[in-house]
Amino acid sequence: MASRIIVVTSGKGGVGKTTTTANLAVALASMGNRVVAIDGDIGLRNLDVIMGLENRIVYTLIDALEGICRLNQTLIRDKRIENLYMIPTAQSKTKDAVTSEQMKGICEDLRNDFDYILVDSPAGIEAGFRNAAAGADEALVVTTPEVSAVRDGDRIIGLLESMDKSPIRLIVNRIRPQMVKKGDMLSVSDVLDVLAIDLIGMVPDDESVVTSSNKGEPLTLSTDSPASRAFKNIASRIAGNDVPFQDLDGLDSNGKGFLGKIKRAFFGRC
Amino acid sequence: MGLFTKFFGSQKSGKIARDRLQLVLVHDRSDISPEMMENLRRDIITVIKNYVEIDENRIELDLEREDSSVALVANIPVMTVRRQRGKAGR
Ligand SMILES: Nc1ncnc2c1ncn2[C@@H]1O[C@H](COP(=O)(O)OP(=O)(O)OP(=O)(O)O)[C@@H](O)[C@H]1O
Ligand SMILES: [Mg+2]
Repeated sequence: MASRIIVVTSGKGGVGKTTTTANLAVALASMGNRVVAIDGDIGLRNLDVIMGLENRIVYTLIDALEGICRLNQTLIRDKRIENLYMIPTAQSKTKDAVTSEQMKGICEDLRNDFDYILVDSPAGIEAGFRNAAAGADEALVVTTPEVSAVRDGDRIIGLLESMDKSPIRLIVNRIRPQMVKKGDMLSVSDVLDVLAIDLIGMVPDDESVVTSSNKGEPLTLSTDSPASRAFKNIASRIAGNDVPFQDLDGLDSNGKGFLGKIKRAFFGRC
Repeated sequence: MGLFTKFFGSQKSGKIARDRLQLVLVHDRSDISPEMMENLRRDIITVIKNYVEIDENRIELDLEREDSSVALVANIPVMTVRRQRGKAGR
């Protein structure tokens, strides 16, 4: 199987990129894939603590770039699950510590050894994002159902398109079905209408995301919570499986929700 | 009552969010770079000069934004209209 390099991005910060990267990495690895998650958020590293691997760091991505160690010495093997690795970044360096060319080189070097290379990107449209995205073939855009996050998501999608990433697919995170039902939250269907890109998953707002980050155990490792199921579904769709979407909007009894829309889109296409 | 409340009145906040999002994206996406604007101006001048003589220095070209639409508005002062070939000029 050809290796796939996927960057996890967002326009607005704090919408769930690192959570998504960690959970998808675990879920893809539990499906039997060789996976490495790279922390591309230089200077503000987080992936290590979300994955619970912060105590195992010896060398970082930056050390490898500076020639202090070899790239494979930066790989931290996750002992809880087979075939899962993480590459941490430096906490003390600035965003300019890596260039786009270097990032491309690292991704290419890893291509032979992994089925999936996930890169957790910093938010925004600055150099840090461009570098993190440089080596990726595909992109996931994470947004929450809020005006500001979707608006900034639109900017990022434009940039990713100009960087020729394909496919670029959307994850709507932190959905609160009850609020959507009451009409007090943007629905997934609203978000899809304005952003007009393919949806790959929806994740409900779920307290277990917080408890799992407290413990440093990604949800998809063990818990069976709504968000955990959502991330597993996304991983499965990334792997090419046809997993039906859940009805988080609660709008589909009248056929106006996004499920109807997705079905139309699929039928329209084939 | 402000314009805002008049428009969005007592609607559900989800609907308000959708309407605001649509408006803001229309504006965001119409942000044409100065470079693209300059190329557009040059191309327009080239085309129009085939038909009329214009005062290139006094051309005004702008994107005007109103609530839910964006218009390209041009003000191009015409000096003389070219004689149409094949027709007897006056
Ligand atoms: N589905 C969810 N349900 C509940 N809380 C969530 C969910 N997704 C993310 N969070 C919480 O939101 C916060 C931000 O998440 P995360 O760090 O993954 O975002 P990020 O996009 O990586 O942020 P940054 O832009 O700062 O890198 C965290 O506290 C996380 O626990
Ligand atoms: Mg993050």
